[in-house]
Amino acid sequence: MSAKVERYHSKKFKEISSKTLIYILLVIISIIWLIPFVYLVFQSFAQSYSPSNFIPAAWTFDNYINLFTDISYPFGRWYLNTLLIAIITAILQTVFTLMTAYAFSRLRFRSRQAYMKFILVIGMFPSFLGMIVTYFLLQMIGLSASIFGLIVIYVAGSGMGYYVAKGFFDTIPKSLDEAAMIDGANKNTVFWKVILPLAKPIVVYTVLMSFTAPWGDYMMASYIAQGKQELFNVAVGLQQMMTKGNDIKYFPQFCAGGVFVSIGIMALFFWLQKYYVEGVTGGAVKG
Amino acid sequence: MSNLEYYSLSRPKRFFYKLGSFFVNIPLGIGRFFKKLPNKLVNFFKKFFTPLVNIWSWFSKGDFLTRLSFVVMGSGQIARHQIIRGVLNLLYEIVAIIFIILVGVPSFTKLPSFGYISSIQYETNTPPFVGYMYQDDSFKILLYSVVSLIVILILAFLWYTNIRDAYELQRTKEIGRKTSDLQTVKGLVGKDYHKVMLSIPTLGIAIFTVIPLIFMVLVAFTNFNSNHMNPKELFDWVGLGNFSQLLGLTGTNNGNQFAMVFLQILIWTLIWAFFATFTNYFLGMIVAIMINKKGIKLKKMWRTILITTIAVPQFVSLLLMSKMLNTDTGVVNAILKNAGLITENIRFLTDGLLVKVTIILVNMWIGIPYTMLMCTGILMNIPDDLYESAKIDGASPYKMYMKITLPYMLFVTTPYLISQFVGNINNFNVIYLLSSGGPIFSSVNGEIITAQVFGAGQSDLLITWLYKMSMGEVFKDYGAASVIGIVVFVIVAFFSLIFYGRSNSVKNEEDFQ
Repeated sequence: MSAKVERYHSKKFKEISSKTLIYILLVIISIIWLIPFVYLVFQSFAQSYSPSNFIPAAWTFDNYINLFTDISYPFGRWYLNTLLIAIITAILQTVFTLMTAYAFSRLRFRSRQAYMKFILVIGMFPSFLGMIVTYFLLQMIGLSASIFGLIVIYVAGSGMGYYVAKGFFDTIPKSLDEAAMIDGANKNTVFWKVILPLAKPIVVYTVLMSFTAPWGDYMMASYIAQGKQELFNVAVGLQQMMTKGNDIKYFPQFCAGGVFVSIGIMALFFWLQKYYVEGVTGGAVKG
Repeated sequence: MSNLEYYSLSRPKRFFYKLGSFFVNIPLGIGRFFKKLPNKLVNFFKKFFTPLVNIWSWFSKGDFLTRLSFVVMGSGQIARHQIIRGVLNLLYEIVAIIFIILVGVPSFTKLPSFGYISSIQYETNTPPFVGYMYQDDSFKILLYSVVSLIVILILAFLWYTNIRDAYELQRTKEIGRKTSDLQTVKGLVGKDYHKVMLSIPTLGIAIFTVIPLIFMVLVAFTNFNSNHMNPKELFDWVGLGNFSQLLGLTGTNNGNQFAMVFLQILIWTLIWAFFATFTNYFLGMIVAIMINKKGIKLKKMWRTILITTIAVPQFVSLLLMSKMLNTDTGVVNAILKNAGLITENIRFLTDGLLVKVTIILVNMWIGIPYTMLMCTGILMNIPDDLYESAKIDGASPYKMYMKITLPYMLFVTTPYLISQFVGNINNFNVIYLLSSGGPIFSSVNGEIITAQVFGAGQSDLLITWLYKMSMGEVFKDYGAASVIGIVVFVIVAFFSLIFYGRSNSVKNEEDFQ
């Protein structure tokens, strides 16, 4: 009897200790993960940058005002650029990605498999490789010196990112299509009236992904901008702000910019978190 | 050896058995390959010759209109009331032929030498007193050749389908059915719906991905660089010159240095991709398991804290991190120094070895939340009774993790792991925004670098090196950049082939539905 009690106690003890350990670890993890952001927010209110102060010595709101009044770094312009790019890209890319995904998932046609393999293979080349040609092509259609060039590049590649959406479409039972077809629907109606309403999570996920991607793109955006400030997106702009020699003077302003960009995206993200998680999980499983 | 016998072996024996059978299987595999070869060849030739046979049979059985379609595309359709189709076919034929004559033929003829004269100098009355009349532009010659090639391929494809169509229409007429434009229109939402859905995406891919790619692959065999930059200079074919430079076969000392730098960058790229993928994967999984453990409170809060990293745009956190870790002006060094923990600043991003560790650690900070999120979803799907029965059998948590959780996760997430690995090989942002690839290589094997290595740094990946080659302010070398691009492609293709070939979700696509 007593041995049993002892074992019970030791088991309980073990569980409590393991839980405490986990809590401690989680707290440490949370601190590590949050510190940079706390620092970012603090520094965005700092009057000047000094390396040894984690918490600024003197507080000010000027950095946020400077962001929009500083002529040498027109952050407002960059922000609007990126916003415009992101909105148009999100709409067009979502439509085209879902169209491609639907065609590959639902329609059966000659050389479907071959076409999918082809897209897989050309997707293995680094996308930056063909940039000089892409730039020349944009010049030919007169879009090289505008942010619409960037939009064209993003949208043109939308057919290649169909995997997650296709994986989701694959899980929708085919009997639904067949039932609708028997009721006299054509394939167009099936897509718009049957599949898309059921695929809301993946639609939202695709919109979210294609909306947030332009905010973080540095490689393409820097090439298209060719050093012209009025064509920068926020990533290229803020990186320029942080180039050598400038970085100490402009660090608080950079932080303000970072906070400003992050707030919008974060709000969107937490609002649509449910769909994001669904997309990430589903995409991982089906590939 | 049967399965049962295999499982009765002890673990080391199993290992050696597997190893042995691997080597035994090599000749067997080769034998099998050659055994299948005749069949495969026959199939290949069948595929190749079927269209030719078809064309012949359509020609011999076709009436006048079908035969006319061989020359005037779309004539069969137009005469048989499918006017839309016919006109579109005819239109493409006319446009394509005009294009080929006006653009294609001149480009193709100049392609072997990339043009003859780049520019003619002439004197002007205003400073700088010289003007240039640009003549042949190698860039345009190559590009137009590629475009013409694609136009021709499309023409050939359309020509083939156009004859097939004409013949089918002839047959339909013969059995007394009516043909009209209505069928075409109906087909667009019926059996031809994929054409509607895929037309615009395909156009985008063809123009902005395929054409540039073919172009750049060809550029790999040229000396297109700052010394031969259009429109002032012509560039030329150099055969495998760029490749041999990469392998150090050019003979000169400088060539060797280039190859050494390439080798180091290649090795680091692979190491990076491996560590970046697997540290994130396993640690992210462990964090997910901790948060999801029964009895842990505030699950949502822990998760939200981690997700913040995903929600903040990556470039913001990366630029911030690179400033925080700066050797002289970074907050981390300053605080450590003030606390008396270090006397000299740690060179997080400027020391050749430390920068690699730093990058992998920062990448963990960025990547763990993704894996955590993904694993959370999958962990919830593992049936609880597996764990319960294991518990009753007296399994420790460690054993349960190794025997239940890990195999299940690995099984389900293999595609994710591959795409992560491939994504990391091409992970531009983390490297470029953190360290810009620095610190720059100054010497290799004890020798000071004199070769042109485009500012290659010790933390550069192939992709950031490629970026530096094609963006360099001092010297650009598109030929070398293309070769690097091809190398990246080969690596990615190699790993994808190995893993995708084994992944069930790819193999059994139809089963899944």
